[in-house]
Amino acid sequence: MSADREWESLGRLPQLLLYGACGLVLLFLMAPIFIVIPISFSDSLYLDFPPRGFSLQWYRRFLDSEEWTAAFWTSLQAGILATLLACALGTAAALGLARSRFPGKTLVVGFLVSPMIVPVIVLAIALYAVYAKMKLVGSLFGLVLAHAALGLPFVIVTVSATLQRVDERLEHAALSLGATPLKAFRHVLFPLIRPGMIAGAVFAFIASWDDVVIALFISGTRSATLPKRMWEGLRSEIDPTIAAVSTLLVALSVALMLVVELLRRRSARLAASAQYAEG
Amino acid sequence: MTGRDLAAPMVLSSWERRFPAEGRARLLLLLPALGFLLLVFAYPLWSIVVRSVTDPQPGFGHYVQIATVDVYLRVFSSTFSLALTVTLATFVLGYPVAYALARSRGLLQAILVMLVLLPFWTSLLVRTYAWMVILGRYGVVNKTLMALGLTDEPIRLLHTGLATHIGMVHILLPFMILPIWSVMARIDPALLMAARSLGASQLSAFVRVYFPLTLPGVLAGGLFVFILALGFYITPALLGGPSDLTISMLIAQQVSELLAWGFASALAVTLLVVTLVVILLAGRLLGTEKIWEGLK
Repeated sequence: MSADREWESLGRLPQLLLYGACGLVLLFLMAPIFIVIPISFSDSLYLDFPPRGFSLQWYRRFLDSEEWTAAFWTSLQAGILATLLACALGTAAALGLARSRFPGKTLVVGFLVSPMIVPVIVLAIALYAVYAKMKLVGSLFGLVLAHAALGLPFVIVTVSATLQRVDERLEHAALSLGATPLKAFRHVLFPLIRPGMIAGAVFAFIASWDDVVIALFISGTRSATLPKRMWEGLRSEIDPTIAAVSTLLVALSVALMLVVELLRRRSARLAASAQYAEG
Repeated sequence: MTGRDLAAPMVLSSWERRFPAEGRARLLLLLPALGFLLLVFAYPLWSIVVRSVTDPQPGFGHYVQIATVDVYLRVFSSTFSLALTVTLATFVLGYPVAYALARSRGLLQAILVMLVLLPFWTSLLVRTYAWMVILGRYGVVNKTLMALGLTDEPIRLLHTGLATHIGMVHILLPFMILPIWSVMARIDPALLMAARSLGASQLSAFVRVYFPLTLPGVLAGGLFVFILALGFYITPALLGGPSDLTISMLIAQQVSELLAWGFASALAVTLLVVTLVVILLAGRLLGTEKIWEGLK
């Protein structure tokens, strides 16, 4: 990062143009969120912006509806289980890839991260066809497997990135001082890669929590996830309950975003102090 | 080199040379993830490849149909032009934001970052829903236009190609801004100073020195936005009109409405191959390292 380097100051006109354009684009980015939040607190019976009075009726309706709360729990369960699975598989894979060289490594890495680039509709119908044969459509187990595949690349990428910054000698030191490989991992390596694992876990959770397309095909009607339930609501009529659900989802996104930002800053600070200690 | 290394090549088989012993145990750690993806990811994809040439009868009939029937060709070309327009629009809108991010410091930078990241983290469905509210018949835009007396009755904005474009640009914009910013953050502004001190105007220093250096970020962002846009389903399905069919919508329709599994599989395989070709071409033309550099 070029944090302290000097920029030549812009003339007044270019500066005005730059920050003006930037402000408009950011307004475009933020406006939709700022419109949904007030609507969710509206006291009228239909979509109304700006709302005339304040009420929590849509939140109450969300909490009272078994359909909505069941969808919420399905999403939460699938998200947590898929995240745990993706984290276990992804961390192991990242450790296997780190510092190892073997023929075809590029191909293996490409395969491991490819769920990120395959169009999700393609994976959705492919899974639907296989699950239909194996009677897994509508099962939590099937949903967790599919979502773990979506989240796996994120864990591999973030943990690998953290491993690159870990000093190999620390692990060697632990081993030469008599630690078993497992102990060296638990007490030396694991604390060092934990920030990467947590960031990867957050990404994996979001991949599951936000997925609409796969859930649309493989989570039957009774075990619909929250996004699937929202999708159905949006297709029929625009019900302000969705605004309440959306506001809750935005709040969750903010919380998760802050977690990742804090981790990023912390690891940047640690990297900076490590550099200072060495040099 | 240690003594062991010097002696080793004489007795080691080529297998052992390529997979050194301590590394071999490490490689075992890869197996669970590989096995998992083979089962849950590769096998289902392979099974639709097979289905596309066997269902209902063996042959390449579905692919011939995709390549020759006008309707399907039009869906492919309109999805491509949608993806291209969205990519260009995100570049035009995103570049100044990335530049402002790179130039700003301290609190201003923290605020700008949050403003870009918050929509990035917000569910795609929530953002699409917000655009339905804004562009709807009695939505925010129409109400404002009517209040200003610019139109007497609501204009049709929702369920048009325009709405699809707006929604997709909104959703994909952070994917363009973040890689460009990440490349910009590593460019030393002293290079610009050097160009200036050698007599370049501010504009030409930007165009001839700075902009070329940011290209890896632009290309990485562009590639990301383009391939994501090619596979978009939810946003065009909710915001677009019945005539703005994307490839993904066509696939979903074939499966859930017509149960035409063979044809849907062929369409899905085509979309997959097209996406991979775009990525490989980009990697070949621009160098994979450059793209990775932009994505970091």
